[in-house]
Amino acid sequence: MIDPLAPPVWWTLGGLVLLLAVASAVTAALRWRFPARDWRELSDRIRSWWVLFGVFAGAIALSRTASLVFLGLMSFLALKEFFSLIPTRRVDRKVLLWAYLAIPVQYYWIATDWYQMFLIFVPVYLFLLIPAIMVIAGETRGFLRAASSLHWGVMICVFLLGHAAQLRVVPDAGNPVAGAAGWLLFLVITTELNDVFQFLWGKSVGRTRAAPGLSPRKTVEGALGGIATTVLVAWALAQVLTPFSTAEALMAGALIGFAGFFGDLTISALKRDLGIKDSGSLIPGHGGVLDRLDSLAFTAPLFFHFTIFLHY
Amino acid sequence: MLQRLVFALVLRPLIAIAVGLNVRHRERLPVAGPAIIVANHNSHVDTLGLMTLFRLRDLPRVRPAAAADHFLERPGLLSFIARHIMRIVPLDRRAREKGEDPFGPVLEALDDGAIVILYPEGTRGEPERLGRFRKGIWHLAQARPAVPITPVFLAGFGKVLPRGSFVPVPFFCDVFVGPAIGPDGRPAGRDAFIAWLEEAVRTLPGDRFRETWE
Repeated sequence: MIDPLAPPVWWTLGGLVLLLAVASAVTAALRWRFPARDWRELSDRIRSWWVLFGVFAGAIALSRTASLVFLGLMSFLALKEFFSLIPTRRVDRKVLLWAYLAIPVQYYWIATDWYQMFLIFVPVYLFLLIPAIMVIAGETRGFLRAASSLHWGVMICVFLLGHAAQLRVVPDAGNPVAGAAGWLLFLVITTELNDVFQFLWGKSVGRTRAAPGLSPRKTVEGALGGIATTVLVAWALAQVLTPFSTAEALMAGALIGFAGFFGDLTISALKRDLGIKDSGSLIPGHGGVLDRLDSLAFTAPLFFHFTIFLHY
Repeated sequence: MLQRLVFALVLRPLIAIAVGLNVRHRERLPVAGPAIIVANHNSHVDTLGLMTLFRLRDLPRVRPAAAADHFLERPGLLSFIARHIMRIVPLDRRAREKGEDPFGPVLEALDDGAIVILYPEGTRGEPERLGRFRKGIWHLAQARPAVPITPVFLAGFGKVLPRGSFVPVPFFCDVFVGPAIGPDGRPAGRDAFIAWLEEAVRTLPGDRFRETWE
């Protein structure tokens, strides 16, 4: 077993500190150069990045268990936010409790590396359990909508996001460079940077709206520029954290770029449907937990399968 | 001391993780008494959530008004919590029959410099529905016209723990704090004042509150 604190992991975390320090410095410089403009959202954003990075890096460095607890907490916060956003029926209070309970259960399968159970628990057993509890309550009005929307939330927040945790428990031998922690770091860093790149490209050269019905801020230029930059970063990061060949690294970058784009848009569609702008206000400058994790929910399972297929 | 300890070690972390509050204009909450906070009431968690928003050193001054018969009649855990952790101002709902002023204890608390939390709906009522305000707040405002009134709108707590349920379910909740209403510009006349205050609470969330409870 490779120590999770293998040197590549430390170099990467150190690199991120440097990156955030540069971001803070640029923000400070912008504030100083253009004091009249309102930089609050940007500085909130960067400050939140520091906090998110600090907690995530701490969990990664501490142990495998700490990483799983951190990701489980993210699943919980995301699910709580989802349940708070969608219309729910009072009669389904019990179902919601069971859905929350699915988080420790699912992460237990992950921690014990019971892969088969990890794969079927939410898609099959919870899919059966949710309507079963609802049937006992006996309220038929809004039954289909409640059953499907509750399960949709658990799929996104627990099952899909859980793939990031599952990536942390695969045998370290598959990644002789940096172990399982290397896969997880690679996934999270490229996914989050992809969000940032798409935002920056869209803001600077964005003209053509990619999905006018969904989000005014998503542009074709932003998406393409973001994905291209992500591919480059994935290539560079793969040298440090993974045994990927050049072709594999480029493909992983493209996969994460595209999947992140659609994850982001999916939560935008949900918010548009519900008539809200941010999914919450837990993370200053970013919005809610779902606003931050939407792309990861989509990139995690795809990158997980990509990695398993090629290296296990 | 016990109150601050319980809030710092148990209630604040519990509310932060299991519930989670989105607070708009926290800075508008009064820090010095005497002051009155007027809020809508959906759940017992309302008071807990609201009280976690105060600094620990201001906490002993915060006193929620609550029905004495509901919380204090039988000795036990509930009454202990009501007395020593929540530190309620007991309202005797049968005071008028006995010829006493039901708001006497509230006036005393205000004169002691307390920040009193009042729920003019008088009851938790239907979860997540704003009921009509009762008249008591008018008498208080008449008796202590200089005391500022801060309107607060709470949403979501009725989903966490509605009346009649015993197991809380995690949801994010919203707290909208309005600007304090000073002594000037309050409508004269009881009904006008009550309707005006009700409106001040009801309109706080603007378009940021959606009905998500069916």
